[in-house]
Amino acid sequence: MMSSLLGWFADPNMQWILMGSLLLGIGSGVIGSFTYLRKQSLMGDALAHAALPGICIAFMLMGVKSIGLFMLGSIISGMIATFGIHAITRYSRIKQDAALGIILSVFFGIGVVLMTKIQHSGNGNQSGLDKYMFGQAASMMKSDVYMMGVVSLLLIIVCFILFKEFKLVSFDPGFARGMGMKVGLLEQLLLFMTVVAVVVGIQAVGVVLVAALLITPAVSARYWTDSLGVMVVLAGFIGAFSGVTGTLISGTLSNLPTGPVTVLAATSLFLVSAIFAPNRGLVAKVWRRARTRQQIQQSQSLEMAQQRSRTVEGGLD
Amino acid sequence: MGIYPLEVDNLTVAYQKKPVLSSVSFRIPSGKLIGVLGPNGAGKSTMLKAVLGLIPTVGGSVKIFGQSYKESRKKVGYVPQRESVDWDFPTNALDVVMMGRYGHLGWFRRPGAKERRIAMECLAKVGMADFAGRQISQLSGGQQQRVFLARALAQNATLYFMDEPFAGVDATTEKAIISLLHELREQGKTVLVVHHDLSTVKEYFDEVVLLNGKLVAAGSTEETFTTANLQKTYGGRIAMLQDVTNASDRSDEAEVSGESSPRRSKTARRAGKAGKSSMTNAADGVDIPDEAEGADVPLGAVSRT
Ligand SMILES: Nc1ncnc2c1ncn2[C@@H]1O[C@H](COP(=O)(O)OP(=O)(O)OP(=O)(O)O)[C@@H](O)[C@H]1O
Ligand SMILES: [Mg+2]
Repeated sequence: MMSSLLGWFADPNMQWILMGSLLLGIGSGVIGSFTYLRKQSLMGDALAHAALPGICIAFMLMGVKSIGLFMLGSIISGMIATFGIHAITRYSRIKQDAALGIILSVFFGIGVVLMTKIQHSGNGNQSGLDKYMFGQAASMMKSDVYMMGVVSLLLIIVCFILFKEFKLVSFDPGFARGMGMKVGLLEQLLLFMTVVAVVVGIQAVGVVLVAALLITPAVSARYWTDSLGVMVVLAGFIGAFSGVTGTLISGTLSNLPTGPVTVLAATSLFLVSAIFAPNRGLVAKVWRRARTRQQIQQSQSLEMAQQRSRTVEGGLD
Repeated sequence: MGIYPLEVDNLTVAYQKKPVLSSVSFRIPSGKLIGVLGPNGAGKSTMLKAVLGLIPTVGGSVKIFGQSYKESRKKVGYVPQRESVDWDFPTNALDVVMMGRYGHLGWFRRPGAKERRIAMECLAKVGMADFAGRQISQLSGGQQQRVFLARALAQNATLYFMDEPFAGVDATTEKAIISLLHELREQGKTVLVVHHDLSTVKEYFDEVVLLNGKLVAAGSTEETFTTANLQKTYGGRIAMLQDVTNASDRSDEAEVSGESSPRRSKTARRAGKAGKSSMTNAADGVDIPDEAEGADVPLGAVSRT
């Protein structure tokens, strides 16, 4: 394994892929922080699953495998899914979580059916579409990697430029609107950027698990800090670590898809955060509780001792 | 002079089909402290939001300083109801107050030293300077309320809308806030406050707006805050409202009248929102627990005794 790892690093193609995964991880972590804070985590997942039929239809229509085309297809079907969710919550008594569940499974179902159909058709095998389910970073072409890197970089830049706006819109959209901020526009932009982050990561991480790369880094980062700026940067780092680790391990072990490994890497960082983070972590909490209990017990027993001595001195009463 | 800070004309708002507010019209004179009163669900928050353009309206118009809200929004400050945000958001008190400056900064520009200084001043004005670096979820409810107030001050507006700034605030803080509001009024600013504690209305406000799905009455406290109007606002439910409107100086009277005062203040509080303020408790020297169930007790049971 060691030698294959070294071989990896030496291969310029793989260097590209690693670089792409790094940028993808940062971009997903950064945009995911806002998705998570706006309580739209499930939305990210629904959008990812909704991308599958878009990709399949794009392939069936054009008959070629092109990441630009697939992006277009998945963005369109992602938008249709968003409208579907809005329509369901608006015109029925169904709440958003249920609407998300419905849309997610329906779109994914359609996607799987279409994909099976493509697989059984003539040029199905060389389409490599099956890789989109769980991701295979190593199978990416240089142009795909390039696209992934550039788009991720764009996401990061937009988040940096509009940081103040995104922050206020995520915290208090009512106040932001009262202040004259274009809240609707900013919310649409955030949603669109979530779609883009999801879509651009699909080939590397896969439809099923790409949302985890969006949310898990953000959730983990939240444990370490109470500042949004720090959280966003930290989420970027965690995302980058997960992306690179996933790509490396799946590339060196034959045939292991990238998505699951990436998610496991992110999850292990999440576990570390949840257990060891200062203040919010489990250990810190247990320790704090134990210490307070001890202090209270001490002061109580002190009080009791004092009372006892008082009753002894004063007799009755 | 024909320019009013706020003119609401035939405002109608509906969330679903049924209108929550229908044809509300009133005008607010400049440099006054105005109380917006009405039972839970009367549409007070809805009116504020509609005026601020946060929710779509079905009909009517709103003019702020004779202009549309869009043209004059830099003159407007807003304190939302505290429950409207997630306080576990990763940010601290100073940062939230700085958000009040974003409107003046415009797109892309980041808050700098100047904004930080203004925000610190505003925090100091509400007595929260020591909490500047505190994560907002680690503030008490009253402290969170004061942070929101400081954020509105940072907006440096001439017309303020405040949705229940006294909710969950202790007597001392309420006094501090009200003197701050008086200070704003002295500077010629106009402040609209959604309020629930009827017993303090006469003391606090120059004008009142009584709402209950529609406008019941609006005008000077003296002329408008009457038993008849209150009964129209809150339904015939509260026989004891009279006591609130009659007592010219409530706190003196409460001390003298001894036995009856706890019941009176209880009724007044039930008329509004139970547990909204402990001001009455302190003034009456009677400790009424801030129990939320208070609101659910049938009012008849109280008035009969
Ligand atoms: N987002 C919403 N969707 C649907 N109905 C709503 C919404 N917000 C408020 N309502 C309804 O509109 C009415 C007025 O609500 P509003 O919040 O304005 O009351 P309020 O006077 O501020 O009450 P409170 O004293 O409890 O704050 C209520 O009947 C409420 O159920
Ligand atoms: Mg309200």
